[in-house]
Amino acid sequence: MSLEGKVALVTGASRGIGQAIALELAAQGATVIGTATSEAGAQAISAYLAAAGGKGAGLPLNVTDEGACEAIIADIEKAHGPIAILVNNAGITRDNLLMRMKDEEWDAIMDTNLRPVYKLSKAVLRGMMKARWGRIINIASVVGATGNPGQTNYSAAKAALFGFTKSLAREIGSRGVTVNAVAPGFIDTDMTRGLPEEQKAALVQNIALGRLGEPKEIADAVGFLASDRAAYITGQTLHVNGGMYMN
Amino acid sequence: MENIEQRVKKIVAEQLGVPETDVKNESSFVNDLGADSLDTVELVMALEEEFECEIPDEEAEKITTVQQAIDYVSAHLNK
Repeated sequence: MSLEGKVALVTGASRGIGQAIALELAAQGATVIGTATSEAGAQAISAYLAAAGGKGAGLPLNVTDEGACEAIIADIEKAHGPIAILVNNAGITRDNLLMRMKDEEWDAIMDTNLRPVYKLSKAVLRGMMKARWGRIINIASVVGATGNPGQTNYSAAKAALFGFTKSLAREIGSRGVTVNAVAPGFIDTDMTRGLPEEQKAALVQNIALGRLGEPKEIADAVGFLASDRAAYITGQTLHVNGGMYMN
Repeated sequence: MENIEQRVKKIVAEQLGVPETDVKNESSFVNDLGADSLDTVELVMALEEEFECEIPDEEAEKITTVQQAIDYVSAHLNK
């Protein structure tokens, strides 16, 4: 229960990897605020946290609404105290070949997967600097490192997180705040369930462990980076992908 | 109650880890007191808390010496 008394914010926590992360941090004793785009999603987060015996709640947040990003940090800090752990997990895909990509598809990815990482990280830093302790963990993707046809937008935003992570880690390291990224491979979630079976089978052939990953396996990596056991790790990208990509 | 000048100097000394006697009105945070850019951000945060005010980024960037901090706080506390 090493995160007892610490407040964690996990964006995009209503399902999949975000849900697993919220549950892992709650299991370590943190008070977890999970965000979802809808009120119903937020209620679902409150419900699963309560069912697991964890502290915390769900809140609705549209991460593309910049005013809302700042307001939610202020609200959480008022209600629970400064945020010690930020997990930037919220993300979407808008896959298309570049030659067919629409501006809206490109912009939607940057607005949802990249810009909120900047806004939210900026907003939590004050509390972390004062506390001389903080964890910012950005959920990237293996495709940010490998590339993937049809995902120029998504892979560009995810690769951007690697650079953001390293620069911020250098900026803020002297204040006891670590900044890391976790890059999941192909994880069994709604996002990958949409892929055609034959594409999935082909993907699995390139995974050393021969299977898709589970959300819990990403959450375990995040839980480690959030804990004091990872106090000397910063600016890193931890690839959790069953060996489909090795750097 | 200490006056604004004393309170500002005390915070500067605490934040930058320098003896209060080194903190002169004309001291520049960066050039004289060894602050880096992140230290100056933290210093402004500490001033905001001490004086319960909010210093906008564009104003904060102009506060580079002890006297400028004292002037800013004095001007905004008397309102």
